[in-house]
Amino acid sequence: MGKLNTKPNIAAPDDFYADLIAAHDGKSDAESEAFNARLILVLANHIGDRDILQEALNVAR
Amino acid sequence: MIQDRYALAFKLYPYRKSPDQDAGSPARHPVVVVGCGPIGLATALDLGRQGIPVVLLDDHEGIGMGSRAICFSKRTLDIADRYGCGAPMLDKGVIWNVGKVFQDDRQVFEFNLLPENGHANPAFINLQQPYFEKFIFEQICQEQANGAPIEIRGKNRVDAIETFDDHTVLDITTPDGPYQLKADWVIACDGAGSPLRGMMGLAFDGRVFQDSFLIADIKMVSDSFPTERWFWFEPYFKSGASTLLHKQPDDVWRVDFQIGWDVDRTEELKEENIRRRLDAMLGNDVEYEMVWSSIYTFQCRRMQKFRHNRVIFAGDSAHQVSPFGARGANSGMQDVDNLGWKLGLVINGLAPDSLLDSYDDERIHGADENILNSTRATDFITPKSKASHTFRNAVLTLAEKHAFARPLVNSGRLSVPCVYDTSPLNGPDTLPGGPSQTRAGSACTDAPLGRDYLLRQLGDQFVLLAINTNAPGGLEVDNIKIRTVALSTADDPGGALAERYLGTADSAVYLIRPDQHVAARWPSYDAASLRTALRKACGKD
Repeated sequence: MGKLNTKPNIAAPDDFYADLIAAHDGKSDAESEAFNARLILVLANHIGDRDILQEALNVAR
Repeated sequence: MIQDRYALAFKLYPYRKSPDQDAGSPARHPVVVVGCGPIGLATALDLGRQGIPVVLLDDHEGIGMGSRAICFSKRTLDIADRYGCGAPMLDKGVIWNVGKVFQDDRQVFEFNLLPENGHANPAFINLQQPYFEKFIFEQICQEQANGAPIEIRGKNRVDAIETFDDHTVLDITTPDGPYQLKADWVIACDGAGSPLRGMMGLAFDGRVFQDSFLIADIKMVSDSFPTERWFWFEPYFKSGASTLLHKQPDDVWRVDFQIGWDVDRTEELKEENIRRRLDAMLGNDVEYEMVWSSIYTFQCRRMQKFRHNRVIFAGDSAHQVSPFGARGANSGMQDVDNLGWKLGLVINGLAPDSLLDSYDDERIHGADENILNSTRATDFITPKSKASHTFRNAVLTLAEKHAFARPLVNSGRLSVPCVYDTSPLNGPDTLPGGPSQTRAGSACTDAPLGRDYLLRQLGDQFVLLAINTNAPGGLEVDNIKIRTVALSTADDPGGALAERYLGTADSAVYLIRPDQHVAARWPSYDAASLRTALRKACGKD
């Protein structure tokens, strides 16, 4: 059984999505890519668990 | 005739005609080592110290010019100590522990390589390769004076090899013409381009990295730079995509610029062009003298097997890594360390020649570990895709403020001793509460013992290390002597021995191999268990 939570887990999902898109406002493509990379690293570290990270890599494929 | 391919830093073994050259039929020797680089010299030293006759062949008459390898690890110094030549290396070398990583004009973070105290040797010294080789050579001379049967033949180039079941025939060219030698064993230490490997038609597969690096070693008296490893990603001075600065003895500094794949080597190596990069980095008013420069590209690759019956490859001839991580010469020294005692036992009839297959098992494991680490460092330093580059810079940006990103920064994972976890030579590891760092397969960790250090007491025979328990002396299994070293809490005022060898156990008995790797460990001595473990460590069961 997987440990990655793929069920809805974010309260007020529309708000989060709006925040995510807003974070890219005014950024060039390159700046957006760099931002995304930083965000992935920050979130990945918070998760920490290698099994979950591996599952996430698979889900995102 | 034999043309020199490079200039010499030290002429040490001028050509002298050997009686073998006039022999009616080829003289036969137990061991011929091909190549007088650090690995060939160390192999000859290891075997010669065991009293095994070695002939060492090199196509030059001494040590090549150029700093080349400069970082020598603690494990290498521990091995050199065992051979008797660690002290001059440590004396001449520049000791360093701190590394700093920069991006552009900002420091991203710094690290200290030796968090643990109580080791006789530092994490690393920097020492130009010619000095490293010369100290091994000088130890060989000292051993020769004490009767060690080591013979070095300069300007002896191997041009052909023919292998048989129980020996090998070498065709050798000298200034006096050709001759042949027979060898029971040939150790090929002839470098990354190994002519012997080519003559035997053996593959050397792996990955080539599409980037070039320009090394400039300069002599500079400076107070501006401390004795630390400084590494810049995308430096503000634009002299390379990355740059490394590192101090060596004699006020020499290693500067290493990453300059891209498609470069005009001749143009880049012109002094004015190297100085242009250096001036941008150091400032126009800094005075320095050029000592050595070179452009290199690198590969991570290895042979499928290092042992080919009676021809055994060691060092760069067997495996090659990028220089980031100092895993070239340092892993070659671990090859020598691993091979020496095994070949010694086999030649002396004390172990079956299948013991040498464990050299393959253990050192291929080591090579793969080095290739993995070195490949990962290389991918971080020279990202191969846009996404890889974006993530690399994201890591560097985050690392400045956030501790979590620092372990991801990879400017080279510096060489640490290989642990032979899955070695067929490992015996039982049945010490409840025993520390992981000294588990079966690991290289013994040093510990202070009053005025001395543990590793210096272990020597280069099999050792039974008994801590807080009794073990008999004068042990012998199948004619192999085992020296007993008995220690107790009283020898361990700082508690490091207990921390590193007992963990939560009250007592321990370790069987330690001649290369100072742990073969087995138990809470107490048992004759039958020791016998079984020693036979296993010698490839007998």
